[in-house]
Amino acid sequence: MTVTGTRLRPPRHRFDPRCVGWWRTQLALLTTPVVVPLAVLGVLIEPARTWLLLPAAVVATIGLAATIALPVWWHRVHRWEITDDAVYTLTGYFWQTWRIAPMSRIQTVDTTRGPVQRAFGLSTVVVTTASAAGAVKLEGLDAEMATTLAEELTRLTGTTPGDAT
Amino acid sequence: MTAEKVPADEASGIAAAAEVPDRAAKATKVPDRAAKAADSRAAVEDDPHWLPLHRDSLKVTALLTAGGAFSAGVPTVIGVASATSWTIALAWVLPATALLTAAVTAFDALRLRVTRYRMTEGRLEMNSGLLFKRHRSFALERIRSVDLSAHPLLRAFGLVNVKVGTGETGSGSGSSTEQSLVLDPVGRAEGERLRAELLRRSTVNDGTTNEQRLTTWKTSWVRYGPLSFGTPLLAAALVGGIFQLSDWFGRGGLPVEIVADLVDRYGPWRVFGIGVVAFVVAGAIGSLAVQAEAYWNHRLDREPGGTLRVQRGLLVARSLSLEEQRIRGIEIVEPIGIRSASAARLDVIAIGLKTDEPGSDLSTLVPAAPRDVILAAAAAVRGPLGSAELVGHPRTARTRRLRWAGVVALVIATVVALAHLLWSMPTFWSSVIVIVAALLAIGAGWLAVDAYAALGHALEGKHLVARQGSVRRSTVYLDRAGIIGWRISQSVFQRRLGLMTLDATTAAGRGHYAVIDADAHTILDFADAAVPGLLAPFLERLPEPTAQVSAGVDSPSPR
Repeated sequence: MTVTGTRLRPPRHRFDPRCVGWWRTQLALLTTPVVVPLAVLGVLIEPARTWLLLPAAVVATIGLAATIALPVWWHRVHRWEITDDAVYTLTGYFWQTWRIAPMSRIQTVDTTRGPVQRAFGLSTVVVTTASAAGAVKLEGLDAEMATTLAEELTRLTGTTPGDAT
Repeated sequence: MTAEKVPADEASGIAAAAEVPDRAAKATKVPDRAAKAADSRAAVEDDPHWLPLHRDSLKVTALLTAGGAFSAGVPTVIGVASATSWTIALAWVLPATALLTAAVTAFDALRLRVTRYRMTEGRLEMNSGLLFKRHRSFALERIRSVDLSAHPLLRAFGLVNVKVGTGETGSGSGSSTEQSLVLDPVGRAEGERLRAELLRRSTVNDGTTNEQRLTTWKTSWVRYGPLSFGTPLLAAALVGGIFQLSDWFGRGGLPVEIVADLVDRYGPWRVFGIGVVAFVVAGAIGSLAVQAEAYWNHRLDREPGGTLRVQRGLLVARSLSLEEQRIRGIEIVEPIGIRSASAARLDVIAIGLKTDEPGSDLSTLVPAAPRDVILAAAAAVRGPLGSAELVGHPRTARTRRLRWAGVVALVIATVVALAHLLWSMPTFWSSVIVIVAALLAIGAGWLAVDAYAALGHALEGKHLVARQGSVRRSTVYLDRAGIIGWRISQSVFQRRLGLMTLDATTAAGRGHYAVIDADAHTILDFADAAVPGLLAPFLERLPEPTAQVSAGVDSPSPR
């Protein structure tokens, strides 16, 4: 592909490497409740064994492949960056989305930590604007860094006058 | 409790429920708190500043409930009577109706008793709730819209419902219900007074003192009603109604029998043709009536102090006042039907106006009217719109649409072929299906070309202009100062065609407005020009075709 015009440069930072483990756990948690009951039933119910173990094997294979490969790929693809003026993220590969929220229009900065996330020492920072479609999520930052970032963002946005609409 | 009976208060009842444990705990700790509360309520009821709702609401409620119970009772009476006798049926249904009416009216009386509102310096306050007490207080400067409406019964008693909206569109639980306060009902004069007072503060920032009429309704505009999508829906509803009615009388299959009889006598094609004509005529009459009811005597005014006011309605009189400060743009909407008659509709993009609810017509400033009228109204609301041509989108955007049409045609063809393979069909139905399928496929192709022709974007003065769509063509004029972020997306298919979608997020209206399938490179320059400075730090310009794509994660960009 020849690139001759203006284009978006990717945001500077990758997410924390621990995200790979976190995403893997999530995918595993998603796959297990499907595979285990199927497998257990397959072992117990003899007449239907083929029709229970076969889907279990298929789901397990896909799930395992996804668990191994996808998080590594996501870690490469997802990017984030915060400048003095804006929050900038890039997510997705097949459906790439760049989000830019200017500092002056940010209304709230939330930090959330799920149970699995906490085990990996990670946090999510959600930056919302007055638009329902304008939220920017930074999923998978180091917990301490996230807290510092959220404080910094809150301080920066607090200095901007107006109601950000 | 009141929350179950009065829809307008439902939200407040539910929202207030969350506060209850807290209050209950306090009440048990401090026994004399309850006595104090009773005192303060008595004080509130005697305080001349605290105003009650209008007593005539009781009559309206009683009549409405009786009417509702009656219309529900008729099929019940018919049903019970067919099984037993008329006397028994009436003996059951009449007392039930009376009881229901009395109960609902009694609840309404309680609601009226406990609901009080007042306007103080800078705030509008309301006390409500029978079991779950609720006090709400709105800062006047936060009030963005005042909506008066009155259905025929309310009008007969000289009453209106007043809905006060704030600009808050915040996320989070229950926020949508927290934003508006409903006074159901007050006297018409009181409603007008509230409307004027609640939005009065803005008189200071504007020199104009005279009311200015922006558009006036012409009766001939109802003719655009039948061209709306409501026409087939209303006709379908009528057909459904006929079946329902015959079902009540225990003859559910009757309409089918009649049609079968007609087909035997006149042949399928003639009956089919007449059926289609009857369907269209019924739908047209229905949508004509709906359009007339909703927009009869429509007026758009600019009031002193920068408020827009829309008044309309034949049976239900509606009035919406909208603070102009909260307007972030307009949308000229041309659905395919009214576009074929060179007409359009004007919608407003405003903060705090719930436009995403299905069937909401609150955002409509001017209903379907000739294009010139709409353009003039748009210019009157937003200032000159400019007449620069929109920038078209790359040819590949058309390729993309034609591919979609191809997929649709393929799916239709497959379904038709499968249907013929699986079932043996009479010649009549087979020809009908093939003809309809062919028309659909051709239609899909035409829509693809037409949708491509619609695509365009431009910067005109203070607006970002974006046009798209064929079935619902819409031209958005979004205030550039109202853009509060970008969401830029590119699917793998778009990437191969060199296209990109630019979505401007805003606090108003739907929350985001897109320029779809634009050139992947020039659209970024466009975005950069639309909101200077926001996107620039993240852009890189590659002038030479040979430039290497090497901007890695950690290598700082030249900017």
